[in-house]
Amino acid sequence: MSNWPAVLVASVGTYALKLLGILVPERVLNHPLVRRVALLMPVTLLAALVVLQTFSTGTRFVLDARAAGLAAALVAVICRAPFLVVVVAACVTSALVRLLT
Amino acid sequence: MTAGDDTAAARHAVLRNAAAIALTTGAYALSFGAVGVAGGLSVWQTCVLSLLMFSGGSQFAFVGVLGGGGAAGSAVSVALLLGGRNAFYGIRLAPLLGVRGVRRVLAGHFVLDETTAMTVAQGSTPLQRYAFWSTGPMLFAMWNLGTLVGALGAGELADPRVLGMDAAAPAAFLALLWPRLREAGAVPVALAGTAVCLAAVPFVPVGVPILLAAGVAIVAGAVTYRRAS
Repeated sequence: MSNWPAVLVASVGTYALKLLGILVPERVLNHPLVRRVALLMPVTLLAALVVLQTFSTGTRFVLDARAAGLAAALVAVICRAPFLVVVVAACVTSALVRLLT
Repeated sequence: MTAGDDTAAARHAVLRNAAAIALTTGAYALSFGAVGVAGGLSVWQTCVLSLLMFSGGSQFAFVGVLGGGGAAGSAVSVALLLGGRNAFYGIRLAPLLGVRGVRRVLAGHFVLDETTAMTVAQGSTPLQRYAFWSTGPMLFAMWNLGTLVGALGAGELADPRVLGMDAAAPAAFLALLWPRLREAGAVPVALAGTAVCLAAVPFVPVGVPILLAAGVAIVAGAVTYRRAS
């Protein structure tokens, strides 16, 4: 139950960010520095999250079936597969690897 | 692009696309529900995230940090940093939607990757508004339905890893990342951020490495913004 404060703060904060874009005058968030960081932030975080959530558990590096899942997902995005196909390919591949090893 | 685009046929095409996106989202939400419960959240907490946060990338990152044993503060920070892009979608959408008063509170909730893409892709203002107000609620319904079913289903499974559910989040992040790699100067910064993040994994608490990657993005943005502007 101790997760509730984090769940609520993160939820309200994320909603506030969405609303912010609708409410504030355009020029406030249109500063070139803010735009540049906003462009780089998702790319950097997503790249780090891909690697982090595939090759680590807690504070340790782990090589397990998730790596095979990521490889399948990579093939899928290179083939321009739809979002769902990418995710399902990863799940099925890592499940199969676990089944066979 | 003229007002003539706003025909019944054009609206039909918008609805068809919105339904396809919503179905995909529903399936993706199944895996979020399962991953949320497997990461240590209750069914209620997992569903509240989908109801209130309603932003897939932020939600997966949040449960990833929390489920990995990270501090609550790190999980919240990652969700907000990743959700920051929605503020810029809002800036893009506000003049197209022309919403006023209390309707802005509702419009804010529907500001997402998918609704933004659907809205800006339309050729006329009425169609853009139609796309936003049809895609948003359909996504919301399917995202929350999928989350509930996934969360309840995960409770029945002894270990969601048997279905490869723990590979869903990295794959989803990869799918979100791929088209963004074309942004000017993005690849070196993403690589540097990832390298710093990985180097820190054994030495700092769970959840902190990803915040260090965010730091790399801020520093790189500050150093390079003059060239880009």
